[in-house]
Amino acid sequence: MLLGMKKVGTNKVGTNTDGAGSMKKWTKSGSPMIWLTSGAVSVSLIAVLGLLGLIAWRGLVYFWPSTIYQFDVVNPHGQVEVVIGEVYETDMIPAQRLRENGHIISDDVEEVASLLVKTGNRELVELDFRWLLTTTIKSQQVLPNLAVFERNKNGNFYGTMSSVTVDGRKVTGDMDTLIETLDDSLERVETLQDQADSLQNDKINGLNFQLERLRLKERRFEIDNELTPDRAVDLKVQRKTLNDEYLLHEAQLFKFRSAMTRDFVTVKDMRGKFVNINLSNLLSFNLPNQMNVLTKAGHWFVNIGNFVMDDPREANTEGGVFPAIFGTIFMVMLMAVIVTPFGVVAAIYLHEYAKKGIVTKFIRIAVINLAGVPSVVYGVFGLGFFVYILGGSIDDLFYPEASPSPVFGSPGVLWSALTLAILTLPVVIVSTEEGLSRIPISLRQGSLALGATKAETLWKVVVPMASPAIMTGLILAVARAAGEVAPLMLVGVVKMAPTLPVDGNFPFFHLDRKFMHLGFHIYDVGFQSPNVEAARPLVFASSFLLVTVIVGLNMTAIRIRNILREKYRSLEH
Amino acid sequence: MSQSADILKKQSRSDLGASDTLRAFKDRFARYSITLGGLMVLMTLLMIFGYLLYVVEPVFRDASIHITHQQKIDQGDKVVATGSDELNEVGYYYNDNGQLNFYPLIETSPAKSVVDLPLVGEQTITSFSHTNSDIVFGLNDGSVLLSQPSFTMSFTKYGRRISPQVRYPLGQQSLQIDPAKKALTKLTFQRDEEQVTTVALTQDHRLVIATLTAQENFMTEEVEWVSEVNELTSIPTTVNKILITPDQRLLFVLSHTQLYIYDLASDNFDAPRQVVEVSEAGAKVTDISLLSGGSSILVGNSNGVISQWFETKTQRGRRLTKIREFSVEGSVEKIEAEPFRKTFAVLNSEGDIRLFHSTSEADLLAAPLVHKATQLKFSPRNNALIFTTPNSIDFYTLDNEHPEVTWSALWQEVWYEGYPEADYVWQSTSASDDFEPKLSLVPISFGTIKAALYAMLFAVPIAIAGAIYTAYFMPPKLRKIVKPTVETMEALPTVILGFLAGLWLAPIIEDYLPFVFMILFVVPLAVVLFAYAHHCLPKTWRNRLNEEYSTLMLIPIILLASAACYGLSPVIEAQFMGGDARMFISNELGIDFDQRNALIVGIAMGFAVIPTIFSITEDAIFSVPQHLSNGSLALGATRWQTLVGVVLLTASPGIFSAVMMGLGRAVGETMIVLMATGNTPIMDWNIFEGMRTLSANIAVEMPESEVGSTHYRVLFLAAFVLFIFTFFFNTVAELVRQRLRDKYGSL
Repeated sequence: MLLGMKKVGTNKVGTNTDGAGSMKKWTKSGSPMIWLTSGAVSVSLIAVLGLLGLIAWRGLVYFWPSTIYQFDVVNPHGQVEVVIGEVYETDMIPAQRLRENGHIISDDVEEVASLLVKTGNRELVELDFRWLLTTTIKSQQVLPNLAVFERNKNGNFYGTMSSVTVDGRKVTGDMDTLIETLDDSLERVETLQDQADSLQNDKINGLNFQLERLRLKERRFEIDNELTPDRAVDLKVQRKTLNDEYLLHEAQLFKFRSAMTRDFVTVKDMRGKFVNINLSNLLSFNLPNQMNVLTKAGHWFVNIGNFVMDDPREANTEGGVFPAIFGTIFMVMLMAVIVTPFGVVAAIYLHEYAKKGIVTKFIRIAVINLAGVPSVVYGVFGLGFFVYILGGSIDDLFYPEASPSPVFGSPGVLWSALTLAILTLPVVIVSTEEGLSRIPISLRQGSLALGATKAETLWKVVVPMASPAIMTGLILAVARAAGEVAPLMLVGVVKMAPTLPVDGNFPFFHLDRKFMHLGFHIYDVGFQSPNVEAARPLVFASSFLLVTVIVGLNMTAIRIRNILREKYRSLEH
Repeated sequence: MSQSADILKKQSRSDLGASDTLRAFKDRFARYSITLGGLMVLMTLLMIFGYLLYVVEPVFRDASIHITHQQKIDQGDKVVATGSDELNEVGYYYNDNGQLNFYPLIETSPAKSVVDLPLVGEQTITSFSHTNSDIVFGLNDGSVLLSQPSFTMSFTKYGRRISPQVRYPLGQQSLQIDPAKKALTKLTFQRDEEQVTTVALTQDHRLVIATLTAQENFMTEEVEWVSEVNELTSIPTTVNKILITPDQRLLFVLSHTQLYIYDLASDNFDAPRQVVEVSEAGAKVTDISLLSGGSSILVGNSNGVISQWFETKTQRGRRLTKIREFSVEGSVEKIEAEPFRKTFAVLNSEGDIRLFHSTSEADLLAAPLVHKATQLKFSPRNNALIFTTPNSIDFYTLDNEHPEVTWSALWQEVWYEGYPEADYVWQSTSASDDFEPKLSLVPISFGTIKAALYAMLFAVPIAIAGAIYTAYFMPPKLRKIVKPTVETMEALPTVILGFLAGLWLAPIIEDYLPFVFMILFVVPLAVVLFAYAHHCLPKTWRNRLNEEYSTLMLIPIILLASAACYGLSPVIEAQFMGGDARMFISNELGIDFDQRNALIVGIAMGFAVIPTIFSITEDAIFSVPQHLSNGSLALGATRWQTLVGVVLLTASPGIFSAVMMGLGRAVGETMIVLMATGNTPIMDWNIFEGMRTLSANIAVEMPESEVGSTHYRVLFLAAFVLFIFTFFFNTVAELVRQRLRDKYGSL
């Protein structure tokens, strides 16, 4: 492409002499250049669509129940080993390189396929992923009874079910009986788990929160020198009541927990050993080799649902991304609430009130620059100004009792929303202004002629008509904010937040809390997790989710804008 | 608009009713609040600008001192050592009679008290050495006594109370180091947890080295000190000063203008490793001092020159080399180094105090003193200076927060200790304690420019060519779909591009390196060949495959060409590169290769920048008035000639502004660089190596930097530099665009 551009310079207008032969003539006409520019568009299109396709494919395939293979593999010592697992990837390796490394490969072979197999059973084998050269594989079977067990610790387990022990009674028999027994037992454990969870979330967390609040209250009294003996006694009594209640619930919780560990399932793994998996660690199991396309599709939807609704496990490398989705949405909504009024007011000023002058010119340059300043600079500003200065002052004024641990003086969701609000301000301004400029001037004049003041005209006529444009700006702002990560890394995002920023404890919205974010989740899991290989499919899935949301939002915004343009085009005539 | 509002005002003034007053008020209120809201945008930008400067500014401030306390010394006392506690509330001094005096520096501190050192019999003090809070006295019987003033804090009803006392870490009894029991006239001392080394010059001119090694008694777990005494036999006839490094390895002996260096850890410790002439002709060496960390030695002379020396690797082994010089008025009288940073203070013969930072070559302070001083000492937290004058001890508070940063240290080559030469280095943290942060913004600014340039190299041709075709040649129906599709790419979160680049693209490119370079030639060639083939088709076929839809036709062609390159890549690799392109590049061509390199960043960031450039360029070309190109076509120019000669020329300011905007975006992009490179701050244009950019550097280091520290402020400076970079690009782009708009308005 570069070469082509250079050629353009020498190809001056008016040197169109008759060339000999059609090739020369064709070249002279500039046609190849036009084709090359057309090729550039094709490359861009391939890039966009390819990228989206890649993310969609890799992200969605992750949820599809994959076949479990049993390989008989000859290891370097000449022994035959059984390997059970899913095939993750296939890679072609030049035979030459393998020969150099001491593999014996016949001369006519140029490339050897190598399979990346996920073998799971992390606590029992050294690596839960291994590369198998196809030349070392003696045989490969798809056994119908191979099952995959999803556990809440140590990842998946692959093997063949041999028995289920229910309440001390060992159930053996054919696969269908085992599956049925395990299903029943698992259902019981799930019920218990639900009860335990609701106890934990509703009661125990609430009590902890109240206890902490009591502690702060006492500290507050101490600071203000108002801790009279009456108050001290009163606080003590309250604390006692709460503690008693807490112990009661805790005992109940332990009862649930111990009841959950009653049953276990015995599985024969790839080493031929029997391993007991306690049902309290088991989340689900299935036999993908017995599934047909329809049941697989059913599982696919269930898996997607779990991914969206579950909490992450194992340092975010497994489980779902619910807190990240929630955090992203909550932060973005908060940001939208902040940015909309300011953006709209600024746009109204620029379009309706501002006179052509130096100040207006400066404001326009400011808008362009706010849009162009790197997002990480906003992060730096947010950290220094919002978190340390604003947040620090708020803490000094309103939360002296919490010292030395900061409340608003540390990164949190409010500061993230504020930082992103500045970042997305130009988006709202530009979009709103465009909407305002499309409203025919005759409408305003009509309103003014009927005796309305300028403010009334704005409020009753102009702004309602511009509302779709404001909406467009808002959607674009939200889409931009949802994808930003760099500033959030400084002002409030964490890899694992223990609590959501919204819960059942007064005042319900905890704007000082740190939160999880889908974009940061991708960065963190893809680049900071110890087992990148295992986490990669999950990152693709998260990416797909994020891209879907953002591209969807953008499409909506573009659609609204187009409709709007059509509408006002008809108004003008 | 404003005209009609004025008419309205006139009308409403004529019939003001009660509710009309309210309406008018509301109208005015709306006007003011909306104006305020509009101005807020400007204020926000100014606030960001101002706040960044506000945080950065203290870094460039000079140091300042002012006197806060003056302690009279008792008549006849000779002060040998001074100091203070960490909070600068209690000061102390030792006199030559072996008395330790504590005195209050603020009103609430305990009153003056005197402690006698446990000297027995005929013992008198003949020499002393002061390192950090250790004060060692050499006695007339060849023994030494180590004492340490210490301060305990207690909280009472009346607030914090500080009580001074004295500790003897090696016991109250003095330790015999000279077996011949001669008086020790010069002394130097260093200790750590495991070892204590004392080197002393005796009255009869011998250098005695005493080493105490800690050995834990594994029965009682008590620490016992085992002592070993050696003597240097070949020493210069005059010994002016002796110094030992904190690691207890090197001994410096000053004899007139010559510095003898002994390596105590080597077998051949007796012979000096090197003898260096450390002064210029005609000048006398007046004082030497070790900088913190002990790697550098400062030599002051009677011409007022202080030179810094440290050992560098040469062909002849490690040699002491002169690195840089500082100068003061008059002659140097006394040099004192800060305990933890590379700052040092100098007293000159004019009675001034001068403060320098060695690495940054910063001249921090030049101030006259109230009384001419003979000795000086930094307080434990480097926030005060204690001067000994003939009649008093003067306590000055010192404000010297960020000596290590100067404009030149940030942007010019700096010769750091242990480096073979001056260099640009960014290394802000390290595991070791006595580490000196190296904060040169050059490598990371270089990285920023490198990443942006490679991205532009990739993005500009594709984006501009694509925009030309879309705006000028593409049928409107197709354009309506293509433009939003390419613009969608702008909305793609960069974290996803970065993730794909780092984890998906980088391994592919590493394995199929020839593929990338083949594609550069093969794809354009395939396009041209296909175009010629299309040109040669019979007319009916050519009409059926209308040239207007060439973009769509080319998609499979480009995909096929790329697939062919992909397939051929291993073959090329096997034929010409010995089967492994990576090994070939690093071994045969001698080019360093990282998996996550500038090539990956260029491609990934290029994709992020393409939509920006594409969109603005497309707008610029599309808005070129139709009659201009019509005129050109009517005069017989081909479509391509019209484009190059008329349309592009007219749209060129717009294209320039698009490239500027793209550059602005590439410079500030964070996540892609963060994820697609190794983030090593190296300075090399090599496309197969990574880089560290300003933005990625901020994202990586900001969460870990301590608020208010030099590192924190320098990171803010990095953000400020980024802000200015992008401010420049964006403002230029916007001004060009505004002019363009005015110009088209007239056409």
